Amino acid sequence: MRVVVVGAGPAGVRAAEKLVAAGLSPIWVDEAPDGGGRIYQRPPPGLERDARTLYGFEAKRAEALHATLDALKPRSEWRPETFVWHIRPGARELHVLHRGRQERISYDAAILCTGAMDRVIPVRGWTLPGVTTLGAAQIALKAQGCGIGRRVVFLGTGPLLWLVAYQYAKAGADVAAVLDTTSFATKVAAVPGLLRGGATFAKGLYFIAWLRRRGIRIAEGITPLEIQGDANGITAVTWRDAAGRDCREVCDAVGIGWGLRPEAQLADLAGVPFRHDRLQQNWVPVRDGAGRTPVAGIYLAGDGAGIGGAEVAELAGTRAALALLEDAGHRVDAAEAARLEGRLAGQARFRAALERAFPFPAALARALADDVILCRCEGLRVGELRAAARADAATGPAPEMNRAKAFTRVGMGRCQGRVCGAAAAEVLAAELGCDVAEIGRLRGQPPVKPIPIPAAVNAP
Amino acid sequence: MKLVRLRDASRPRISLTLEGAPIEAQQGDTLLTALLAAEAGHLRVSEFGDGPRAGFCLMGACQDCWVFVEGMGRVRACATLALEGMEVRRG
Amino acid sequence: MTTECDVLIQGGGGAGCSAALHLAQRRARVVLLERGLVGGQASGVNYGGVRQQGRHPAELPIARRSREIWGRLKGLVGTDAEFTVTGHLKLARDEREEADLVAYLDIAKEHGLPLRMVGRNAIHREYPWLGPKVLAGSFAPEDGAANPRLLAPALANAARAAGAVIREHAEVVAHHHDGARFTLRTKSGEAFSAPLLLNMSGYWGGAVAAAFGEPVPVAPLAPNMMVTEPVRYFIEPNIGVVGGNVYLRQIPRGNIILGGGHAECDPSLPWTRPLPEVTMEAMQLAVELVPALAGTQVIRSWSGIDGQMPDRIPVIGPSGTTPGLFHAFGFSGHGFQLGPAIGAIMAELVLDGRTDVPLEPFRIGRFTSGSG
Repeated sequence: MRVVVVGAGPAGVRAAEKLVAAGLSPIWVDEAPDGGGRIYQRPPPGLERDARTLYGFEAKRAEALHATLDALKPRSEWRPETFVWHIRPGARELHVLHRGRQERISYDAAILCTGAMDRVIPVRGWTLPGVTTLGAAQIALKAQGCGIGRRVVFLGTGPLLWLVAYQYAKAGADVAAVLDTTSFATKVAAVPGLLRGGATFAKGLYFIAWLRRRGIRIAEGITPLEIQGDANGITAVTWRDAAGRDCREVCDAVGIGWGLRPEAQLADLAGVPFRHDRLQQNWVPVRDGAGRTPVAGIYLAGDGAGIGGAEVAELAGTRAALALLEDAGHRVDAAEAARLEGRLAGQARFRAALERAFPFPAALARALADDVILCRCEGLRVGELRAAARADAATGPAPEMNRAKAFTRVGMGRCQGRVCGAAAAEVLAAELGCDVAEIGRLRGQPPVKPIPIPAAVNAP
Repeated sequence: MKLVRLRDASRPRISLTLEGAPIEAQQGDTLLTALLAAEAGHLRVSEFGDGPRAGFCLMGACQDCWVFVEGMGRVRACATLALEGMEVRRG
Repeated sequence: MTTECDVLIQGGGGAGCSAALHLAQRRARVVLLERGLVGGQASGVNYGGVRQQGRHPAELPIARRSREIWGRLKGLVGTDAEFTVTGHLKLARDEREEADLVAYLDIAKEHGLPLRMVGRNAIHREYPWLGPKVLAGSFAPEDGAANPRLLAPALANAARAAGAVIREHAEVVAHHHDGARFTLRTKSGEAFSAPLLLNMSGYWGGAVAAAFGEPVPVAPLAPNMMVTEPVRYFIEPNIGVVGGNVYLRQIPRGNIILGGGHAECDPSLPWTRPLPEVTMEAMQLAVELVPALAGTQVIRSWSGIDGQMPDRIPVIGPSGTTPGLFHAFGFSGHGFQLGPAIGAIMAELVLDGRTDVPLEPFRIGRFTSGSG
């Protein structure tokens, strides 16, 4: 039986671990040279890899995961630097690119652990050099020992906002401000549910308190106005505070992000149906509690199947592997499966509270000015999408996302709507006067990421 | 955009060029780090007249850090290690 | 409750939407029924070639007429659908293909289609970015390309404004003819009735024809399409080859749209998906034509379903079994350019009982032995 695990982050590592323990030698592909995923990304060789410095409170988890990853490499068919650009669920084959070479991998079953990326909302000036996602700011620090600027503002909402700000300050960066679009009151209201999170919740509180103690400028319930800059880079961020006053902070870099969204393109191409998760405000692939999808042979785990965080990803990776093994006729420990599902259910309740504590501020996207860049790949502005939704458009109004894409090129560029998709959906829904769940989601198209045209084989 | 080296900043030096001008970087830098920790400022210019770009997600997803490396072709600067002698052009 | 009208159109591709527009402009009460969204299949996801050269001679009168409509599309529907007159350059890669190009010059002349041979010396001088495999070409200056995603929706929108009823998400599940009127029932249970029915349902037009007792050998055709990231604009003409195994064009934004070969598809859903090996093969054929494409990134690929006839030309004209039924389907992968004129021609057929364009080669009976 040929089993493929796509991805070597927390979910992929635990899935591969369980498969190897059952005597299989899975084909294990990952885009990065060394695995680890994003949260526990390791610096390239030559950089310091001290876990305590890099991962803080999560050092033990990171070390354990890396140890398992490294131990599994020789016991699986480990294929790093391999990027899956297409999947054919009918033929059960993956099409991959490895150092410019095309290859096909046949499988009987596949566990897709494709992770997540930041969910962003455009802000005037957000395409200027010096603006990155929160995740990018964290990767720069963790994997490269760099800050994204000399004096950094963090803007958005969610646990990552506070964590990255803390990590920067701790590393000696000048954190100019932390600007949370979620009000203090909203967060407080979610505390009862958050208490389920135990240590995770405590860590969150610790970061916020630590930043306050440092005297770092903190503003909650704000509305971002503009990231200002010139040819030489970012100069300042402006926002409206909860009391309606206009504020400004000088800086040379800004990290932005409003939670995460699944990198679920491969599940999409595999034919897995999606549903709109109202709480997460994300489209997520349909799966059961064990990670089975309606598509034969396709299993999902980790943030790529819906945002849950690293701990959930590890549990879900193990659980999905158990499901795969069970479906393949292996004897699996039913008690273990039940235990995992119980822990996943508990985590889901905590995650729900977290989503309520840091809600995706759809109103921000809906209120964007017409001249703000919406789709950075295509250079498309908010007003151009709005125009396509109006009755006076020459094509008639676009009633859903893919029509809007067809008419305006929103989400048609190199990133295929990864970056602009969430905000674009809100802009379109607002213009059509409907709920974001009603206008569908941008369909995935192969390749999952760009692939190069090779030179002519018979080139002279 | 200028990346600031906060730690682990005394690794062996490597040299590359951007548009022919020398760039000093450190072993283990990605191309994005190498260029933006030096004075590159930006990595590419939007094809549609809305200005320079310098990457955005640093995890190979946003597709906004493409540069050209002699002998390698076009690569994502965030996902490509900088190596001694690389000749880079903005993408 | 049955909605009554003068003409029913089944199928909202470019041709069907154009028929709705032309009929509505002449005050016919017309209802168009489209299973999904207008322009959702072949008309909306094709290559976007607005090409006359190389067509079957029988199609040229329609193509000429359509080209005239393309030229005034903006006035007709409020957008030019990004129609750009870039010229179409058809390339030969060997002597046999070159002979094909030369032979076509006479056909073009006969139909008044401007076409000029670009010989072995001139081809690399005029187009220095062409690869050494290219031997010669023929250039049709009036041809060009447009954005296929815009045409059918814009025609449908203009048709609506002219009084047509365009019903999307209206899948026809039953056809009935009582000798005088057609009644079509949709999946949601609605009924529509008219004395005239236009079958403009692409591949699925075969099933409609079969429902009226005249089955035809139509096969699904799903072109394998892709587009690159934007790069410096240097390929002005729309490019094709003799044999048609690859075609490519660059839009002024910089993206290069290219295709070749066939995707996998399931018309019963409907569903299509480009095939990786076909995508790679098309890339290889394209880079042989234009070596500078090497290293350019392909950012998306797609397909859609058209109907292909055994002789590669469509079925157009009155039914052989049922008075009041007219067909226009099976455009065999090259109907996008024809769409606007097909609508005008169908409007003439049903309202005037005649059209100036010779339709004999497209009659539905041609597949039945002895129907000659």
